[in-house]
Amino acid sequence: MDELFVKAYVDESEKEHIARPNLTALQDGWLRLKKNKAAVVCLFTLIAIGLLAILAPEFSRYSYKETNYDIIYQIPSMEHFFGTDQFGRDLWVRTWMGTRISLLIAFVAALLDLTLGVTYGAVSALAGGKVDAVMQRIIEVLVGIPHLIIVILLMMVMPAGIWTIVVALSITGWVNMARLVRGSILKLKNQEFVLAARVLGTSTAGIIWKHLIPNTVGVIVINAMFTIPSAIFTEAFLSFIGIGMQEPKASLGVLINNGYQVLRNFPHVLIFPAIVIVLIMVCFSILGDGLRDALDPRMRK
Amino acid sequence: MKSAENKPLLEVKNLKKYFQVGKNQILKAVDDVSLDIYKGETLGLVGESGCGKSTFGRTVIQLYEPTDGRIVYDGREINGSLPSAERHGFTRKMQMIFQDPYACLNPRMKVIDIVAEGIDAHGILSGEERTKKVLELLETVGLSEEHANRFPHEFSGGQRQRVGIARALAVNPEFVICDEPISALDVSIQAQVINLLKELQEKRGLTYLFIAHDLSMVKHISDRIGVMYLGAMVELADSESLFEAPLHPYTQALLSAIPIPDPDVEKSRSRIMLEGSLPNPVNLKEGCRFASRCPYAEQLCKEKTPEMKEVRPGHFAACHKAM
Amino acid sequence: MSRLLEVNQLQVHIKTQHGIVQAVRGISFYLDEQETLAIVGESGSGKSISVKSIMGLLPKNGKIVGGSILLEGKDLSKYSERQMQTIRGSDISMIFQDPMTSLNPTMTIGKQIVEVLKEHRKDMTKTQMKDRALELISLVGISNPETRFDQYPHQLSGGMRQRVVIAVALACDPKILIADEPTTALDVTIQAQILDLMKDLQKKIKTSIIIITHNLGVVANIADRVAVMYGGQLVESADVRELFYQTEHPYTKGLLASIPKASHKGGELTAIHGTPPDLMDPPKGCPFAARCTKTMEVCRQYPPEDMLCGESHHARCWLLDERAKAFRE
Repeated sequence: MDELFVKAYVDESEKEHIARPNLTALQDGWLRLKKNKAAVVCLFTLIAIGLLAILAPEFSRYSYKETNYDIIYQIPSMEHFFGTDQFGRDLWVRTWMGTRISLLIAFVAALLDLTLGVTYGAVSALAGGKVDAVMQRIIEVLVGIPHLIIVILLMMVMPAGIWTIVVALSITGWVNMARLVRGSILKLKNQEFVLAARVLGTSTAGIIWKHLIPNTVGVIVINAMFTIPSAIFTEAFLSFIGIGMQEPKASLGVLINNGYQVLRNFPHVLIFPAIVIVLIMVCFSILGDGLRDALDPRMRK
Repeated sequence: MKSAENKPLLEVKNLKKYFQVGKNQILKAVDDVSLDIYKGETLGLVGESGCGKSTFGRTVIQLYEPTDGRIVYDGREINGSLPSAERHGFTRKMQMIFQDPYACLNPRMKVIDIVAEGIDAHGILSGEERTKKVLELLETVGLSEEHANRFPHEFSGGQRQRVGIARALAVNPEFVICDEPISALDVSIQAQVINLLKELQEKRGLTYLFIAHDLSMVKHISDRIGVMYLGAMVELADSESLFEAPLHPYTQALLSAIPIPDPDVEKSRSRIMLEGSLPNPVNLKEGCRFASRCPYAEQLCKEKTPEMKEVRPGHFAACHKAM
Repeated sequence: MSRLLEVNQLQVHIKTQHGIVQAVRGISFYLDEQETLAIVGESGSGKSISVKSIMGLLPKNGKIVGGSILLEGKDLSKYSERQMQTIRGSDISMIFQDPMTSLNPTMTIGKQIVEVLKEHRKDMTKTQMKDRALELISLVGISNPETRFDQYPHQLSGGMRQRVVIAVALACDPKILIADEPTTALDVTIQAQILDLMKDLQKKIKTSIIIITHNLGVVANIADRVAVMYGGQLVESADVRELFYQTEHPYTKGLLASIPKASHKGGELTAIHGTPPDLMDPPKGCPFAARCTKTMEVCRQYPPEDMLCGESHHARCWLLDERAKAFRE
């Protein structure tokens, strides 16, 4: 190796070369999420549940309200996968119809979070001063009123049903998101890259769209993942105590209520909707946890 | 680069920036600071953390609204009543380089868009020309095309700081405020950035306000140096004379506290040790701010706030005992 | 003669989601009694990880994969977490960069010192512990120990807090005090006070110190011996005067040259170009080869061996090899 003791040829560009692969934040997050086996399983479970909710009722011979008194309380069979209820309605179809309601609620909750919650929080943080103080007091008042009272009051002016629940959710469902977004924007507002943008003359709208929103996406996605199960649970709970969805419409809460009344003799009426709702809630929570770890920029090295 | 006969590019007169920190509690972050910066020179601003040097820089560049005082740039007074179009145009003349190479770049933007931010904000160029300009700027700071489509977290601290410099240069500023641009960098990288800043100054005729707490680097890059203590300027002189013959006892202590990378010198050196630490900056009383730690303090120092006076030609100090 | 602490061929790997970072790649150094060793290097050079492995404080994804750490002949790298707990705080103590986060904000200063004593000195009575705590508070140069004893960390300034951190670290008379960038978060005037205190304490209580820093001024002030780390390896180690005045490794030379000298003003600084290597995929030759001004072909292909170039002066550089003589000239 003696001949190697000579001046090396140096490629100048090599000195600044970056060896690591070029990853966007999204790719990076996906890589990390993939590592979390539980979260991936949950993601696919949710996709499966969603597909079943959309497709199963369409491809079934039965409809959710078709009664048949010859076949009441049948146990699961090839005819009726989940059995039938006290009116001989097919529980397979009714369960997935109920899931549709739950997923619709989930969608509404997420939409509210993303629109009202994010806007409210962002405006509050950016306006600051008195506007911020007033907006925060409003939130505190909203949080202070118990949920159940709002729903019961609403029932006096609106018919019981899904829209009442949606309206009830829209009154308070977005509050948490608004608070979190406000907190995270308050922190970002004084970061040096936002100051740099101001110094460079970037407009306020530009700062919001290019700097503030993209950096709160993580917080937003994660919080939405936690709002969804609680909204689903609220709907099921209201339907269960009888002030939500009404028969013959199916919702997981209604189904569970029916099943609970005949639990001793026909446990299958309760078990299937109960399993579905537990799966939905647990999967959203675990996925939310996984996303938090995957999207948190502090975890990135 | 002495240009005393020129008109100053930036004149700051009796600048004050107070923050309300609680009921009846006022933090005087910058209290009655005046200075002039001439075209093409570098003015260093040093002091310990909490002395108000960064607040001063941010107030000058209009990130903070001054409580009182005047800022005159190139003969034009900048204040809140400036029309917004002119305010916007002003951002092309004065730029800033930030301290933290991790926080100063948006982690969700590609380097090409970060550097082009000023170009976009002023609608200077678009499409092909914009890309060309960004690549040119990246090359100026020693980076290449390879880096343009990457995200900040893939870069090292020194590289990020250079991206920050390229971003500031994109609008062709005349005056750049460097807010501790090297204090978060490794020693071997600090010299790279300092060399780059000097080179840019020579090529583009930039004027710098260089804020730092590392005195040896400040001495290297500055023509004149101002020393701040608890929101007030205590000494201002050209860097030679400040280092050779500091007048204010605080400057003397500060200079003697810098460890010198030479074991023999370090071992034989005697230090002026300051007792205690910074007093609480909220609701300061009348009198010299340094009096509580000053080895030479007298009754007068505790009663009367000293004014800045020209003790030697071009060498100002705010101390009753300086002569 | 046996050393107080001897680190041999220590290798530490850190697992990340992108792969394994070879943070420390076979470093060896020693520490004698009542000696101050400074470990110098830039961020990512592995200096912090090395001392954390001595303390058994590696992050969960970090692992010692080779080498040994001998404290008076006992190999700490084989110790369990439980055994390490008895060593930490009593035989080896550590102080960290940020005095604010290394103190518990909800506990009085006195209590924090007493807690350490409770952990390691089961033989002491309550009053003895309190007396010892008061003694320590005045030892680190804090006046009115009685009043300070009942104060909380937020009532003290940064410099004072770092003094308290040192008092906590010294509570059980450790044989070795490891200081990880103890003055970086402090202002220059306070830094000078803390350095003076550390030197003073070393004389009084006869402990050995490992100080990690990137500030060569601090090194010149406090160290007896210096070890320079780069890219997970120890590139040069020597007595402090020898390192500053007879520098052998180009990286150390570069570091010294990049600091502005008091004598020459203006002009260009001698910077080291480029950036440090990515330790996920370390270069197969010398880690500094890509940035060195005197790179040879051999530097890029083979890692240099540790060479002795003076009494206890080591450097890892091919330029010191006999065969590089022609190139040197």
